[in-house]
Amino acid sequence: MNFETFTEFLLMGGHALYVWLSYGVGLFIILLIYIQPIFARRSIIQELSQRQRRDAQDNKVSNEAVAQEKTGGNE
Amino acid sequence: MNWTWFYKLGSPKWFYDTANKLLPWFLWLGVLMLVVGTVWGLAFAPQDYQQGNSFRIIYLHVPSAILAQSCYMMMAVAAVISLVWKMKLADMFIASAAPIGAAFTFLALFTGAVWGKPTWGTWWVWDARLTAMLVLLFLYFGVIALRSALENIDLASRASAILVLVGVVNIPIIKYSVEWWNTLHQPATFTLTEKPAMPPEMWVPLLVMVIGMYCFFTAVALMRIKNEILLRERRTKWVQTIISEDIKR
Repeated sequence: MNFETFTEFLLMGGHALYVWLSYGVGLFIILLIYIQPIFARRSIIQELSQRQRRDAQDNKVSNEAVAQEKTGGNE
Repeated sequence: MNWTWFYKLGSPKWFYDTANKLLPWFLWLGVLMLVVGTVWGLAFAPQDYQQGNSFRIIYLHVPSAILAQSCYMMMAVAAVISLVWKMKLADMFIASAAPIGAAFTFLALFTGAVWGKPTWGTWWVWDARLTAMLVLLFLYFGVIALRSALENIDLASRASAILVLVGVVNIPIIKYSVEWWNTLHQPATFTLTEKPAMPPEMWVPLLVMVIGMYCFFTAVALMRIKNEILLRERRTKWVQTIISEDIKR
């Protein structure tokens, strides 16, 4: 350990502002680039699954329409 | 030489599965090394006889600056692959890496400014290396802006690959600026040919931080590439299976 006490460690020999500002911003940036793709994934999954459901519904509707047309034609 | 791995890279599904397996290793190794390196550098490394404790900023500044530049070099390699072989994955890498590179470049510039104040007496000088780093930040912004501006994915990938390749000139300028011009910035800490000028108690934690930063970069890049794959391969059966399984959980 380079420092005698914890207070000395926090004070950084008078350079506390510079050292802790650097590391604070560093931590913030690292967290940001880690969290961003997690949220992006969540919204991608949500959007794609909505699209999936919509497509499935469209298919169902058009299938029913086709079926109705067929039965209509038979009568 | 066996080139099958290169052909496999052409398959987004293979890459997605492999990325899934590798991701936790890179992530946790990276986080572990970054934590160890930070504690080591902040509390245990001896202070500099001239700069005192402000020198501890080096443990954040140098790794982010190294990453900022090598991220760009990786993007340049990917740009060649994307232009010559039209490999989708190379283009996805460019799209995924640009924001990370921008973040690291910003961090290098910011910590450099904060370190410059107590050491040089100023936050900023228009010196060769600092200016070239600022140009690098704008190159990253350029790639990001170009990609979001162009709707057509083929056009976006070609345009951004060309921009990346044009910007490569900036990298040797950053690297050799401290030798070509008189500058406030000190020369490189690590070189491949010489022993570091610092004692091991100082440079070993720095090396730990650099390797940790590379691992972390790899993990985050894989996360972003996975997202790109999901978006661009959304019409394939296997992505639709992933989506419907993920939404159930």
